[in-house]
Amino acid sequence: MNGFSLKIEKFLEILIERGGYKEVLIGLQNTVLIAVAGLIIGTVIGTLIAAVRVLPKYSKIVKALDGFCSFYVGLFRGTPMVVQLLVFYYVMLPLMGIRMSSVVVAITVFGLNSGAYISEIMRAGILSVDPGQMEGARSVGLSYTSAMMKIVIPQAIKNILPTLGNEFIALIKETSVVSFVGAKDLYLAFQSIGSGTYEYMVPYLAMAIIYIVIVCLITLGIKVMERRLRKGDRK
Amino acid sequence: MTENNKLIEVRGLCKDFGDNKVLKDINTDIMKGEKVVVIGPSGSGKSTFLRCLNCMEDPTAGAIIFGGENIADMSVDINVHRQKMGMVFQHFNLFNNKTVIENIMLAPILIGKKNLKKQKKDNLLIKLHLKKGEVIPVTTSVSEITANAREKAIELLKRIGLEEKADAYPSSLSGGQKQRVAIVRSLAMDPDVILFDEPTSALDPEMVGEVLELMKDLANQGMTMVVVTHEMGFAKEVGTRIIFMDEGRFVEEATPEEFFAHPKSERAIEFLSKVL
Ligand SMILES: Nc1ncnc2c1ncn2[C@@H]1O[C@H](COP(=O)(O)OP(=O)(O)OP(=O)(O)O)[C@@H](O)[C@H]1O
Ligand SMILES: [Mg+2]
Repeated sequence: MNGFSLKIEKFLEILIERGGYKEVLIGLQNTVLIAVAGLIIGTVIGTLIAAVRVLPKYSKIVKALDGFCSFYVGLFRGTPMVVQLLVFYYVMLPLMGIRMSSVVVAITVFGLNSGAYISEIMRAGILSVDPGQMEGARSVGLSYTSAMMKIVIPQAIKNILPTLGNEFIALIKETSVVSFVGAKDLYLAFQSIGSGTYEYMVPYLAMAIIYIVIVCLITLGIKVMERRLRKGDRK
Repeated sequence: MTENNKLIEVRGLCKDFGDNKVLKDINTDIMKGEKVVVIGPSGSGKSTFLRCLNCMEDPTAGAIIFGGENIADMSVDINVHRQKMGMVFQHFNLFNNKTVIENIMLAPILIGKKNLKKQKKDNLLIKLHLKKGEVIPVTTSVSEITANAREKAIELLKRIGLEEKADAYPSSLSGGQKQRVAIVRSLAMDPDVILFDEPTSALDPEMVGEVLELMKDLANQGMTMVVVTHEMGFAKEVGTRIIFMDEGRFVEEATPEEFFAHPKSERAIEFLSKVL
């Protein structure tokens, strides 16, 4: 037990006195930034894709768009996130001759990836909204797009908020792979603290605790939000 | 009657759902101020006929002439015409994510803003000589559009005695209240005609009266109405023309007096013996 408290002391020394906390803060910031930005971009992309996929398939353009969307979704759901990060960073960017910071790369890939997952969640959400809502909106002269944006999608989002919260949690957890392209996340921060002393037990334990705390906070946030929304229903 | 009293002309209207021929070559004119009541057995195509009038269902063949245009033509901007054709549904279809007053104001505000934007864009193009025409001075603003829509919505809510429910959500209203809000929502666009599809069928019996009262009120003020209903009392009292549908055709068209006293076809006689 003595050995363990010694390890904690050493860890705290590096963390506090030698400025290790700065790295942890940067890591935390990047982790949250990548997940939040990824979720936002993913929601936008996912909503667009879902909106295309529920369109009535009359015209060739719609059919082609739908085909493209299902290809996109298949591609991003069919490969691991790490592979997507590596391919984007080491294959796509050099081929296109573009330079991007690791964090921006991570945000982009996370956004594209979660867009694919969220599109499926959103599609189910849109289909769960009573078709009468669309009819009501069209009957007063709203265009299909306005009816979708003002009436159907807000209700769809409300229906899928809990599922979207789970997607957020999944994204937070998956950020632990962004160091593959050099983005400084929580994992890299604690890894570097540990590498100073070749002592990883406490740093990785601390990292695990931080992840758990973040996930608990999000879970709590989702619960509060759900309760509020349900109140709105009864009002 | 003169030509310009025609509000809607239906010419050769057919509607198929796959192999199911639901409407078969329907021709009729709906005149300004008419109260047309459509009755008939379940599955005879009443709802489909009504929904073809504002192209909620796209006709398979035929023409619907409204506002000088064939609105069954896919190249026509149907949204503009729908603003002038209100529709009231069996299940109300109020917007669940909007308050009562927002339900009523939504279309007037969105459409007002859209028209304002278009007018400004047109004026700009004309000023830049990219488009021919006269500059029409913009006399309104977004805040004015919103204020007018709110004023109108409050007026409409007062009319149905529900102004204190303005900020409530539809889920807190009774069925009868929901349907009355749905009716004034369609009135907010000053429609030329309102289409009703069994507006009282989903209501508890004690609420049917309040909705029928409001509809009678509208009828008395001269609103053109096309009503699919099973309320034969309403049909007799308010209707100016009864259309009896069976198997996708208009089997009989007559005044209520004529139709209820002397139905001609066997199907109508049989139907009436069941519902009266
Ligand atoms: N969207 C649709 N897709 C396929 N078939 C449909 C659709 N809508 C209606 N039908 C079919 O068209 C026929 C007529 O339906 P419609 O709803 O117009 O009848 P209705 O006279 O309004 O009956 P009810 O009194 O039961 O409301 C029915 O056979 C119905 O199954
Ligand atoms: Mg019907």
